[in-house]
Amino acid sequence: MTHLEHAPRTDTPLTKAQIAARVAADIAPGSYVNLGIGLPTLVADHLDPGSGVTLHTENGMLGMGPAPEPDAADPDLVNAGKTPVTELPGAAYFHQADSFAMMRGGHIDVCVLGAFQVSVTGDLANWSTGEPGAVPAVGGAMDLAVGARRTVVTMTLLTKDGAPKLVERCTLPLTGVACVSRVYTDLAVLDVGPDGARVVETFGTTHGELETLLGLTLGRTS
Amino acid sequence: MSATVLAPDALAALGDVADGATVMIGGFGPAGQPTELVEALLAQGATGLTVVSNNAGNGDDPLARLIRDGRVAKMVCSFPRQVDSWHFDAAYRSGAVELELVPQGNLAERIRAAGAGIGAFYTPTGYGTPLADGKETRRIDGVDHVLEHPIHADLALVRADRADRAGNLVYRKTARNFGPVMATAARRTVVQVREVVPAGALDPEAVVTPGIYVDAVVATGTHAGGEASA
Repeated sequence: MTHLEHAPRTDTPLTKAQIAARVAADIAPGSYVNLGIGLPTLVADHLDPGSGVTLHTENGMLGMGPAPEPDAADPDLVNAGKTPVTELPGAAYFHQADSFAMMRGGHIDVCVLGAFQVSVTGDLANWSTGEPGAVPAVGGAMDLAVGARRTVVTMTLLTKDGAPKLVERCTLPLTGVACVSRVYTDLAVLDVGPDGARVVETFGTTHGELETLLGLTLGRTS
Repeated sequence: MSATVLAPDALAALGDVADGATVMIGGFGPAGQPTELVEALLAQGATGLTVVSNNAGNGDDPLARLIRDGRVAKMVCSFPRQVDSWHFDAAYRSGAVELELVPQGNLAERIRAAGAGIGAFYTPTGYGTPLADGKETRRIDGVDHVLEHPIHADLALVRADRADRAGNLVYRKTARNFGPVMATAARRTVVQVREVVPAGALDPEAVVTPGIYVDAVVATGTHAGGEASA
């Protein structure tokens, strides 16, 4: 599953593009993959076209290609973020119930989502900031989180205010329970699950510094 | 259902809509939105509507104006908040419109269940989240599930690409989205298409929505974004 030989090597925190490349390096050839809106979308730029990875977009398409030239945009051909995309040879269209059956039925190999918070046991909070008066929206996040065979998250490890996003227990409204298996951040890649969080890789920091930063005891993968 | 009627215009296709009706409106954002039929619903005047749609209007599109004009009592949708969902946002904050927020897969499956005569179903989606509060749960094969009920409608408004005179439909690209499931889940399904072709002109192997689900069809000559077809 992992292809660390292709992963970016850095002694400094990763840029968003480097996080995306690091995620892409872990996606097995031939996988069916759904990429969430935002940072996860960047993963597509780092997939090897020869790897046979097929992108699913939950509004009803397999074989999604990159954005078209601006004058070639087709309003009937958009991704889950409602921005124009293209179809690759071998693409297929299907309705919403089929599209979500692909997810909910465990046919999508990997789903990459953004997050506000992830808990050490893999709980995910990514749909609501919980602010009173905010207009809520959930879209396909809850279906993706629990339906894909493997759900991973890309995010910065800290909020803009410096608060950890990897936490003992999520304080924001949950998207799914114990659904995330790996978190890719600017400072580290960590596995999360029943045994808690374990550091896979660090970027410009150390295991000890991460524990201090997050206020968590972190395991090691090896 | 009786044979599909080919209507001369969108208002005629729409027919009578009662106050308080539940109306499904296809589309994922602008893609697949039955713009002319929703315009007809605006003109028709029914109020106190429950609208089932993935989104809650963009900019000043007809669905947004339906909300702005106080015609919608309740929205059932997965993603009402958009950068340009001003009319919904204002109506929601003032309490003028009630919102039932539904995960997108549950929305699709609950609509499908209604069309397929399924009484209710269990799904892991939403378990342990605020959107499952108060719902019946059950552990099946070690996985926690939530009981979800079908969503029926009085009327479904759908955009397809082409229809034949038998009401069979084919769609175009990702504009298909909710159309095929909504067409099955309403007592009356009204479809706008770019063009109507003679029976036999659509490949039966390629038909997506069989005409049994379609009550009325109107050719509007437009596809996504309201552009006239080439």
